[in-house]
Amino acid sequence: MATALTRKDFVTDQEVRWCPGCGDYAILAQVQKQMPEFGIQPENTVFISGIGCSSRFPYYMNTYGFHTIHGRAPAIATGLKVTRPDLDVWVVTGDGDGLSIGGNHLIHCLRRNVDLKILLFNNKIYGLTKGQYSPTSEIGKVTKSTPMGSVDFPFNPITVALGAHATFVARSVDVEQKHLGYTLKRAHDHRGASFVEILQNCNIFNDGAFNDVSDKAIKSEHQLILEHGKPLIFGKNRDKGIRMNGMRPEVVTIGTDGKDLDSIVVHDESNLALAFMLGNFEPPMPVPLGVFYSTARPAYDAAMNEQLAGSIAKNGKGDPQKLLNGGDTWTVN
Amino acid sequence: MAVPPEGAGQAAESQPSGSAHPHKTLTARDSVVIRFAGDSGDGMQLVGMQFTSESALAGNDIATVPDFPAEIRAPAGTLAGVSSFQLNFSSSEIFTAGDEPNVLVAMNPAALKANIEDLPPNAVLIIDKEAFTEANLKRAGYTANPLNDHSLDKYQIFEVDVTRLTSLALQGSGLSNRDAFRCRNMFVLGMLSWLYQRPIETTVKYITSRFKKNQQILDANVKALKAGWNYGETTEMFASSYTVPKADIARGYYRNITGNSATAMGFVVAANKAGRPLFLGSYPITPASDILHELAGYKNYNVYTFQAEDEIAGVCSAIGAAFGGAIAITSTSGPGMNLKAEAVGLAVKTELPIIITDVQRAGPSTGMPTKPEQTDLLQSMYGRHGESPVPIIAASTPGDCFDCAYEAVRIAVKYMTPVILLTDGQLANGAEPWLVPDVSKLAEIKVEFATNPEGFQPYSRDDDTLSRPWAIPGTPGLQHRVGGITGEHLTGNISYSPSNHELMIRMRARKISGIAREIPPIEIFGDADGGDIVMLGWGSTFGPIREAVKQTRAKGKRVSHIHLRYLNPLPSDLADKLRLFKKVLVAEMNMGQLIKMVRADYLIPAIGINKIQGRPFKVAELVTRISRALEE
Repeated sequence: MATALTRKDFVTDQEVRWCPGCGDYAILAQVQKQMPEFGIQPENTVFISGIGCSSRFPYYMNTYGFHTIHGRAPAIATGLKVTRPDLDVWVVTGDGDGLSIGGNHLIHCLRRNVDLKILLFNNKIYGLTKGQYSPTSEIGKVTKSTPMGSVDFPFNPITVALGAHATFVARSVDVEQKHLGYTLKRAHDHRGASFVEILQNCNIFNDGAFNDVSDKAIKSEHQLILEHGKPLIFGKNRDKGIRMNGMRPEVVTIGTDGKDLDSIVVHDESNLALAFMLGNFEPPMPVPLGVFYSTARPAYDAAMNEQLAGSIAKNGKGDPQKLLNGGDTWTVN
Repeated sequence: MAVPPEGAGQAAESQPSGSAHPHKTLTARDSVVIRFAGDSGDGMQLVGMQFTSESALAGNDIATVPDFPAEIRAPAGTLAGVSSFQLNFSSSEIFTAGDEPNVLVAMNPAALKANIEDLPPNAVLIIDKEAFTEANLKRAGYTANPLNDHSLDKYQIFEVDVTRLTSLALQGSGLSNRDAFRCRNMFVLGMLSWLYQRPIETTVKYITSRFKKNQQILDANVKALKAGWNYGETTEMFASSYTVPKADIARGYYRNITGNSATAMGFVVAANKAGRPLFLGSYPITPASDILHELAGYKNYNVYTFQAEDEIAGVCSAIGAAFGGAIAITSTSGPGMNLKAEAVGLAVKTELPIIITDVQRAGPSTGMPTKPEQTDLLQSMYGRHGESPVPIIAASTPGDCFDCAYEAVRIAVKYMTPVILLTDGQLANGAEPWLVPDVSKLAEIKVEFATNPEGFQPYSRDDDTLSRPWAIPGTPGLQHRVGGITGEHLTGNISYSPSNHELMIRMRARKISGIAREIPPIEIFGDADGGDIVMLGWGSTFGPIREAVKQTRAKGKRVSHIHLRYLNPLPSDLADKLRLFKKVLVAEMNMGQLIKMVRADYLIPAIGINKIQGRPFKVAELVTRISRALEE
């Protein structure tokens, strides 16, 4: 590398066209800030998206980019990564794109563990089509397509990813820049499919959906920051913790009534059962942020390339004339 | 075949000769059509394929058609479980597997019932007598045993105790009854090989390699094969054996090849020629899956096969691989084509080269998955939203699938466009002798990626082809974004300009129609200066149309044949050639799809000959239609 990369190397000349105040701006800024840290040249980086507000993302990254069709980004990215393992491939998707129309591709991409960095912007609403409920909208959500409230039970992106046996599952928030930056770095460092749910505010159609964890006044009472090897503690005074009551988690105040620090659950990123438990937290439990789960498993693209290399090593590089000359043959003189 | 067959094949001259066995005669035949039929577990496909190999070695021209049930394991002995394989072998050039068999081998009552209607009077019928048990007759729906009620009197029937003779031959081999029973097909193959004086060495070689890990099974199969041969030679069952002399075919190195196999190899060789890896993204579907299976075995040729989660992921992964610079393909059949349509539109818009192979089958919906049809032409032409032209190429014979797959890759990368390759179930599973091409003499496939950042624009155009540069990730200074949204001419940046939108639509349309410049001039089989009738066809109807035209011409009629490989764009000389003829007849296995294009583009009042039964045209059917058109 001749000179160190800077944020500017990853910024395009395209006018950013999200609504003013959209959470996407903060995510774009953080991604552009983090990219130079990864030390990968812009030309070796590819951003692939589907359809939706979030999917405009590639236009603003001065890397190779592909704005594809609704829901299919993971499939397109898989074809690219398998044949071009040298590239750093990112997928940007949303709750509608990734969990509704493209749900099938997302889960299969995660289960295969294709070495892709998948950022799912979850705003719990369809923004681009102007405000219908999404597969992550809560029951009772009143939108243009659900005037009497939604009766459609939502997906939880974290447990969907865990259920698909993703090898890296994390959550962050658009406005939590430091945490988001750290989470992106962790996702990038992981070999295999990294799944990051980013809670993102749609200030036009679903404003304040994540106020609990983004409003400075109250967020410390709701954010449970996950750190490997550290107890699950939260609250303004860092005095609340997660304790197991038999098989069930509960929130306790540390220092009262024998509830000391030793009884608080210590986070372990390699524990899938714990990750599921945390992924299923609903109010009044706090909202876990950080890495729920991280494990090492061979990446699909690497395994496939190993098979090709192994076959070449064993059989020699294929000679097309020999291929045609094989089989059931005879000569007519 | 024009002449109704007599006995065990078309007679040339009958003469006693120096057969291996002194008291038997050897009779020469011009050509023979044999159909092997049995339960799907009886190994009839294997018998058919091995008999084909033996016949190829004997120097005959051959054409085959397998016919198997969609159910993997239909209940044994039922009509639904009947599997058959038809083979035409001849001393002269042939184009089809034959309208009807001269010889039917039926391994059980169901096989007899399912095939007997296709058998002309006086044909040879060989049956495994022991399989005609009460239970088997009932399963096949017979109320009386056809072997006893004179209903088969019009055939030359040979009742052979195949099951008992096989088990006798294998006595002392230590094989279970069940395993011995499974060798029945080799006994039949041996017997038929004697009857038509086929060399069995190639089959012995096949058995040896197939069962090399199980000496006992290997020995038993060879023993059953030889027992069948010896049975034919020594018993009084058959008074004569037959020969079909060598055909006069072009010299060279041949192999037997199926359409799916040829398609797979065409892609491998094309990618190799282009110096790029081959990527197949595909979801299993009948009758296209063999392309996936075959390519999965070619990893040392730098071939990636990705079994996708669905049809859409199959084509999308190919688009991703093409974006990265691979020769990228997807394979499917009709239902999958529907699902891929949106993604093909993305490839049209982004101008990325992929090949979509559609092995057509009978539809709509699930239809008859193992049966061929030509019903996806209009879907390929028009089955996408927006103005979305895609080049279409169709293969006409199993071996032609190789050339068409190769050509599809050449066009895709030269013009930076998706290309649709149409084959069908008939071509996919049918086999023919194939003159193996010299790879070094195949057309060049040139892939040149953009590398120069100076003045680079992702949607600039080649003056000649109008294709855009292929600029792949990893190239410094060429970072750019592509996508489905209408892009500005040259830059590709998002644009909602009305005039730019029309410019881009017309640009891509011109690019595709421009391919016509390199389509070779149409070859008319028959009267190059015109005549009474021209038969126009595409795809797998080649064989029956060519044979029907040949036979009609032999009667002095002025009938010709034009067969299309390029369906979009159509050859630029097509209209003029068609106008040389008084009548244009378009034979298709659909309700009339090419005919709509010909009528719409050229205002030529073509007449359709259509069959939608999931089976190919019979030559006789076409001969009748041509004769009628000549009289009208």
